[in-house]
Amino acid sequence: MSNNEIKENTIICVNCPRGCRVRVKSQDGEITDITGHQCDMGIDYAKEEFKNPTRILPTTVRVKNGRLDLVPVKTAKPIPKNKIGAAMQELAGILVEAPVSRGDVITENIADTGIEVVATRSIAKNSKNNDLN
Amino acid sequence: MIRRKHELVIIGAGPAGLAAALEAEKAGIDDILLIERDEYLGGILQQCIHNGFGLDYFGEELTGPEYAERFIEDVIASKTKIKLKTMVIDISQDKKITALNEEDGMMFIEAKSIILAMGCRERTREAIQIPGTRPAGILTAGTAQRFINIEGYLPGEKVVILGSGDIGLIMARRMALEGAKVKGVLEIMPYSSGLVRNKVQCLDDFGIPLKLNHTINRIYGKQRLEAVDIVEVDENLQPKLETKKRVECDTLLLSVGLIPENELSKSMGLKLAENSQGPYVNELRETDIPGVYACGNVLQVHDLVDYVSEEAEVAARAAADFINDNLERRNEEVEVIPGEGINYVIPHKISYKDDSRKLVRHFFRVSEPQENVKINIYDDSQQKLAGFSREIVTPGEIETIKLPEKLIPDNTKEITFVLEDEGEGINE
Repeated sequence: MSNNEIKENTIICVNCPRGCRVRVKSQDGEITDITGHQCDMGIDYAKEEFKNPTRILPTTVRVKNGRLDLVPVKTAKPIPKNKIGAAMQELAGILVEAPVSRGDVITENIADTGIEVVATRSIAKNSKNNDLN
Repeated sequence: MIRRKHELVIIGAGPAGLAAALEAEKAGIDDILLIERDEYLGGILQQCIHNGFGLDYFGEELTGPEYAERFIEDVIASKTKIKLKTMVIDISQDKKITALNEEDGMMFIEAKSIILAMGCRERTREAIQIPGTRPAGILTAGTAQRFINIEGYLPGEKVVILGSGDIGLIMARRMALEGAKVKGVLEIMPYSSGLVRNKVQCLDDFGIPLKLNHTINRIYGKQRLEAVDIVEVDENLQPKLETKKRVECDTLLLSVGLIPENELSKSMGLKLAENSQGPYVNELRETDIPGVYACGNVLQVHDLVDYVSEEAEVAARAAADFINDNLERRNEEVEVIPGEGINYVIPHKISYKDDSRKLVRHFFRVSEPQENVKINIYDDSQQKLAGFSREIVTPGEIETIKLPEKLIPDNTKEITFVLEDEGEGINE
């Protein structure tokens, strides 16, 4: 046996509410085995979480002249965990004008990650008409 | 006074109501009325701005509003008539609905079939009876969620959360992200009742402590909440007073359980199930009044919205069959009994014989977390019909199994679900 100890980490996959407990075996920081996942997303997630933990950031941004005062947004891709604070600060300074459509890009390069923030709900312009959105 | 008649009336336009409307139209019903009390469609999904929805149903991960909007767009494009800002105040046993709104005033609506999709409610401070004063700053986690995510108000700055249900965990992260100091999440049970992933992503990521076996036994403050006493509990959930500790806070969020919204179900005299806390239904989500269906959180509190959509579609297809008189009852109904280790099973009974369906999907919750178990199903003569293995089960996560139609015997009055150690049952 070599001196390089085999480590086992349990990483809880957060891709879906199932929350698979994925077991990652590693030696010298290199992954040697992944088990316990129910789909391939579990493998990718465990690899990422082991090396470079990232999160999708869902939050809200203020809206001007909208039927609601806020539009929910998210980062289009996961951003590094340690950029979440900076991203929140940046989004606090943004005000978008209604109408907003789901998928609209709110900002292109959040916290210098190169990742877009997109609207997750359509917000109609504030008017007397009752649109269904 | 307005009188209307519709083939199908759906009450509630959250995920259950929206999916039901689309599926009923697909099944050939084109006279559908969808009633929603809020000013927009989508229900509580619209305030659940976090991701994690849709992997089961759409095969991709969405936020609540995104999940809702996919259904909303289709419903708006469909023939379904929609009444927003409309409150149903009564339903009679012969399916006459009384509803009202600003524009139409009082409406009497006759329906051939009704789908109940009103969702659930949060338990409040009153439901758990915490002693102390009654200051501002104590609210349910879902109310805080609406304030922050839809209306744009932060309800407080120093927060304690009671209950580790999913909304509590999600709101711990949300308040931390918005700059509040979240002092901790207290859970009276020895395990978290929320999904594991929420514990990881919402608490661990932000260094928010989860205190198991803890509760609150006093509230302080005159105008505004000033502090709470937190206390450890023993195995009988009784406070160990020597562990009492005062924690300063201006906000207390309660995430202490959800219960199906039963007001209308009760007023129309539906049979309710004590164990699942909503209406008593068969496999088509039909209540004890033929033609009246319940689906989504009004029936059982789900943790996956994907299952809500699926359940609504079951109810909608059944409503369509009911309207078209297309169903064949069993000679003898089969009652589905939650046995040892199982809190409840939906459906509560199996009423129809349908050889075209291969499986009947059952949803259930276990009463305690356990590993390496089998869910064994027995008929009324203790014959084992099937067994399903699970590596891990917890009350916080709904379990489902698909019971093959051919395994449901004709000559049994009931089948019982029992949680047993691995190795006792037969293989699937």
